[in-house]
Amino acid sequence: MKSLSEPLTLARLMQGGAGLGRAIATRDHALWLDDFARASSLGPHLAALEGRSVVLFVRDMAKAAAALIDLDGCARRILLCPPGWAPALVETASRDAEADALVHDGDETPPISFRFAAVCRLPLQPLATARVASRETEWILPTSGTSGPPKLVVHTLRTLTGAIGRAPVQQWATFYDIRRYGGLQIFLRALGGRGSLTLRGGEESVDAFLVRSGEAGVTHISGTPSHWRKVLMSAEARRIDPDYVRLSGEIADDAVLAALQALYPRARVEHAYASTEAGVAFAVDDGKAGFPGAWLENDGAVRMRIVDGALHLSSDRRALRFLGAGAPALVDEDGFVDTGDMVERRGDRLFFLGRRGGIINVGGAKVHPEEVEAVLNAHVAVRASRVFARKNPITGALVVADVVLRDERAYDGLEREILAACRARLPAHMTPARLRFVADLPMTGAGKLARHG
Amino acid sequence: MTTRLTILNEIGAVAADLGLTLAPLTDELPLLESGLDSLGFAILVSRLEDVTGRDPFASAAAARYPKTIGELVAFYDEVFV
Repeated sequence: MKSLSEPLTLARLMQGGAGLGRAIATRDHALWLDDFARASSLGPHLAALEGRSVVLFVRDMAKAAAALIDLDGCARRILLCPPGWAPALVETASRDAEADALVHDGDETPPISFRFAAVCRLPLQPLATARVASRETEWILPTSGTSGPPKLVVHTLRTLTGAIGRAPVQQWATFYDIRRYGGLQIFLRALGGRGSLTLRGGEESVDAFLVRSGEAGVTHISGTPSHWRKVLMSAEARRIDPDYVRLSGEIADDAVLAALQALYPRARVEHAYASTEAGVAFAVDDGKAGFPGAWLENDGAVRMRIVDGALHLSSDRRALRFLGAGAPALVDEDGFVDTGDMVERRGDRLFFLGRRGGIINVGGAKVHPEEVEAVLNAHVAVRASRVFARKNPITGALVVADVVLRDERAYDGLEREILAACRARLPAHMTPARLRFVADLPMTGAGKLARHG
Repeated sequence: MTTRLTILNEIGAVAADLGLTLAPLTDELPLLESGLDSLGFAILVSRLEDVTGRDPFASAAAARYPKTIGELVAFYDEVFV
């Protein structure tokens, strides 16, 4: 066992795969991991960033990957700004993170001015002096909050890699941005492993990414259920033949799990539960939605309890704390994080219902949109759905839904047919009053279904 | 289509969807005894908004809520003209 005083750094994490010719590839760049021993994306600025609290604000994901490798162990803090963050968000977050330096693209004006700003460039430039990478850097991640401004949480490599064990050679790919918790998990898995990583640039289509992942020989691939539903609708889905398919970030329903297993019969299809605040809790690979209720009794690395219907988690993978003036406490007196995700026991299994804040109130009866979506998605004609509230003067709100069909066009009576299937499984107030057939559903930057209101 | 016919059609459609049995829809029939429950009535109002583009319940004072089928028809008729 390694001493706790010895900080875990990315450099140390990457040692195991050294000399194997591994790369991180986006559409536009390839980063050879062995090159980082003598080169950097920050060139002469790297030494000056030592000990600073650095805002990482770059558009390009390959540059973000390079800068993270460069800055870990060197900077005091790295604030990972998701792409497309508005200047006002960057400014608030920078203040909360007590940032005193900025790393940016250089091809656009920085969102805020810093006395010390360094440009991140690819290809890597040779290092003039040896790296200093001995510090335990704080990784500051914004929560992917669906409502309100994001909160900042403090992680270290130790908390971020708590769920990552030793593994044989895995060629990873992810639909996520690595600046989000779900994508960062895959980034760290890849760096700590013995394989390469294929990343999807912001503007790259799902089709093009699948083609590139196929050419890269990807064996392990992760995304949200929303990402995967796009794959299921893609003509290029069979370009990859993965050993392992991972879903996280949203509730995985039986329908998407079954469809992925049918598409990739060889693959182990697993849905994982994690949050930026609470860390990775568990992964389920029995092909069914939800997770075994017996896991609540487990006293292992992750402890769970249900408080007023919400899942609370405790583990050493959780963030250390929220950051910023007036930030709330991250954990309760027992060290548990309230995830805000509502669960319900049905028989010997627990199922996710949705976010505590996302409830639709139909005349006093509570409806979780995700619960209705799971039923809609189970219909043979439905690929994806988004359930939301429609204002109503009688009941306050009604449940309505946008539906993406698998391939066939809507035909006369299809709405009635889908709604009849809903009625067979849901109480009347949960059955959508109306369906609207749409070609696509909006996604957030985190790859989740965009919900409004 | 007349307002009356539109409303009666939609009431029938909502009742069919929800599996509700309707009383004979005369003008004097109190809405509470029509067979539509409050959810059915809420859905009816939304569907009428889709068909007519109007929601008199959202604009009218609560005191003027219609109590019978006939009043409901008049309620919508007023906002249509």
